[in-house]
Amino acid sequence: MAKVLMKGNEAMALAAIKGGCDAFYGYPITPQNELPEYLSKHMKENGRVFVQSESEVAAINMVYGAAGGGARVLTSSSSPGIALKQEGISYLTGAELPAVIINVMRGGPGLGGIQPSQADYKQITRGGGNGDYYLYSLAPESLQEAVNLIKESFDIADYFRNPVMIAVDGLIGQMMEPVDFDQEIPKWDLKEKTWAADGMRGKRDKNVINSLYLDPQDLEDHNYKLLDKYNEMKANHQRYELINMENAEIAIVAFGSTARIARSAIEMLEDEGINCGIIRPITIYPFPSKAFDEIPASVQDLLVVEMSTGQMIDDVKIVNEGRYPIHFYGRVGGIVPEAEEIVNKVKEIVGEK
Amino acid sequence: MAKTKTVYKKSPGLSDFPLSYCPGCTHGIIHKLVAECLTELDVLERSVGIGSVGCSALNYDFFSFDMFQAAHGRAPAVATGLKRVRPDTMVFTYQGDGDLASIGIAEAIHAAHRGENITIVFVNNAIYGMTGGQMAPTTLVGQKTTTSPDGRDPKHSGFPLRIAEMMATIPGATYVERVSVHNPKHVNKAKKALKKAFEIQKNNQGFSLIEFISTCPVNWGMTPKDAVDWAVDNMIPYYPLGVYKDRTKEDNA
Repeated sequence: MAKVLMKGNEAMALAAIKGGCDAFYGYPITPQNELPEYLSKHMKENGRVFVQSESEVAAINMVYGAAGGGARVLTSSSSPGIALKQEGISYLTGAELPAVIINVMRGGPGLGGIQPSQADYKQITRGGGNGDYYLYSLAPESLQEAVNLIKESFDIADYFRNPVMIAVDGLIGQMMEPVDFDQEIPKWDLKEKTWAADGMRGKRDKNVINSLYLDPQDLEDHNYKLLDKYNEMKANHQRYELINMENAEIAIVAFGSTARIARSAIEMLEDEGINCGIIRPITIYPFPSKAFDEIPASVQDLLVVEMSTGQMIDDVKIVNEGRYPIHFYGRVGGIVPEAEEIVNKVKEIVGEK
Repeated sequence: MAKTKTVYKKSPGLSDFPLSYCPGCTHGIIHKLVAECLTELDVLERSVGIGSVGCSALNYDFFSFDMFQAAHGRAPAVATGLKRVRPDTMVFTYQGDGDLASIGIAEAIHAAHRGENITIVFVNNAIYGMTGGQMAPTTLVGQKTTTSPDGRDPKHSGFPLRIAEMMATIPGATYVERVSVHNPKHVNKAKKALKKAFEIQKNNQGFSLIEFISTCPVNWGMTPKDAVDWAVDNMIPYYPLGVYKDRTKEDNA
């Protein structure tokens, strides 16, 4: 199929349909509204389910019901709405249910604004809801990558029996780009959902979808079972990209839209004779610690760039283990940093040497 | 040897798991009715119950078919999500008054509002049972609880919510009835109401809610007998029994 020009939110919606999404439950919030609007028309056309819920809280619990019944299910929202969904996300992880959650991030805290942001990094990567759990979290930098990852995310969620978060910002949701929906994506080895509770029908004993473990030993065992899953994500499923790192003096660490802006910045720096590379986390959980083991000897400094006051910098410090000086540049309030701003920050770091 | 005849046996809809309810609590009777109705309608094999938070939180152990445990108040949303992707399942929620009338009122109203083809089994004992007897939205005026130690004062905490009456006003609701299980006659009436609710779902006729007047001897501080008498003397006058909505009659008219 040839590339088609689509708006980000609509392209992500179509990617979900192509990923085999059976049902969507969601509640309107800017800047992701075109996504449910698109699905309200096209899910029905494809014989699938679309329900506009009464709240984000209801939406994520509808996701819980459909996922527990064995369906492939999606919800989408933006930062304050994701905050409301955290309770249900915790239950999904506790009951080991697969689901895909798209977060088109905007500035906060509170009602914040409606412009792009990456300030939900900690909400996404630290669990957000109650208890010991994590989400497999993917942060695409372009519409093509978002489409591919969303298509794959339904497999990933089923494989881990855990929700997958697609972390994009309002910029990706609102931009238009040509996208090819037929690019090959990895296939995961999936088992039949013998655990689903959708009626025994004479084929099996009863199934229970549950996150309640009143016996402390049972709950500890369950927590360690979940931990094994997160450890497997960390050991075998980190994703990242190293860009122009071969002779870089400075490595910019950035994800999503910010990484894409950093691509322009390193080209501008090259013109000025400064060799700069990019470490681009694609999974923000698990954080790609392995990328930092591949940093070449030429690198002297790391510069973290985010659309937040520095939420990812903690993870960079943890995996860096004191190996490099770490600098930071960020914009907040929904302001997207321009490539020149990153260039200036890099020049400032170089100038200080 | 004399011939024996089985006149009563436990419903196959119930498991052998021991019930965790206090003596005199009517949850056990209501469970039995749910199990009997689904068995008699021959739908056990395609039934899925959505449990809630409260005294009945462990009911996924007590029924013999597929169950979900849902977060406090969210059972109607969970039921919606499941029913929409698996329309050939029989889906019911089992919720207490703290769960449905307080934290989950929005989910209950909107499931009715959308006309979801599900059944809500709503158990009203006028108090929070599992958490130790706090005031519920359904606590009667003057009723003493651990958070209304001087008795519920409507000036401070409002009047008790009448859920059946309220749900009956929602256009999307098909069938709403309030019943009681305080004596065998009313247990039989309650069973008829519940069976009708499940039949409505089986026939794809939409949303039904059966409100059960129930007892909480422990948190009311009464013997089981006194609790039943108290429910009859105090709850039923404020929460009158009867059919509050029956759109199946309108549909047939």
